[in-house]
Amino acid sequence: MAGEVPNLEASKLTALVVDDNFVNQSVHHKLLDRLGIKNDVVSNGQEAVDVHCSGRNYDLILMDMDMPIMNGIQATRRLREMGIESKIAGVTTRAEEEEVKEFMEAGLNDFQEKPLTISKLVSILHNLELYVQT
Amino acid sequence: MDTLVAQLQRQFRDYTISLYHQGFLDDQFTELKKLQDECSPDFVAEVVSLFFEDCEKLIGNMARALDQTGNVDFSLVGSSVHQLKGSSSSVGAKRVKGLCVTFKECCDSQSFEGCVRCLQQVDIEYKSLKAKLQDLFNLEQQIVQAGGRIPQVDI
Repeated sequence: MAGEVPNLEASKLTALVVDDNFVNQSVHHKLLDRLGIKNDVVSNGQEAVDVHCSGRNYDLILMDMDMPIMNGIQATRRLREMGIESKIAGVTTRAEEEEVKEFMEAGLNDFQEKPLTISKLVSILHNLELYVQT
Repeated sequence: MDTLVAQLQRQFRDYTISLYHQGFLDDQFTELKKLQDECSPDFVAEVVSLFFEDCEKLIGNMARALDQTGNVDFSLVGSSVHQLKGSSSSVGAKRVKGLCVTFKECCDSQSFEGCVRCLQQVDIEYKSLKAKLQDLFNLEQQIVQAGGRIPQVDI
């Protein structure tokens, strides 16, 4: 795959980055941009819920676990309770089995360990059937 | 005889390789460089700048928490360490990330001396990386100003 970055602009996929850390926000936003995926960024789970309450919807949500006000597990549960069917991928530095299990059980479709890279993001899209490599 | 551009490019290549070999940077920094393009030519510099601001803020939080003599909230320190580990991991700051792992262990075992030592080391390490990356970005600027292209460096 070296040097080949798929361009998914034509697919008109949209994504939401949910992370309280500015560095991660910047990197994840750029990763999605690079793949041609329009995306918004919010700083915690509560903002993720609020943005959906305002009527926005996304194909993919990249959800961090540890965030103030409302963490990723709480936000994922809340979004599923609201009937949000978007694909949610948990992204976190925490990789203890119990923590991942709890996060998955909250309603994730996929999980990736940080730091995110182009190939990890493509893997998420592939796992969630948002991108089929030809 | 080498042109100025060729000399600068070689210097840039050697310096970049040394930063990886000495453990200052890891593959994630390479991933950041892949994201830099004509639309965002300063992406890497912008992200590392955010990272160093984050370092300053978080180290300040840790120092304040450790300053509460006899009443240190180690979970508060640990929370800031976790944040720093996350952002250092995202930019490829390998040594800083490694120190955060040790630091977290000191927080978990509530070792005050260990935490103070780690705080000092993390402070020295991020400042050292900041200076080295500034030198690297200066070299890039010199290459461009001399009319050359920044070489791709395979690690």
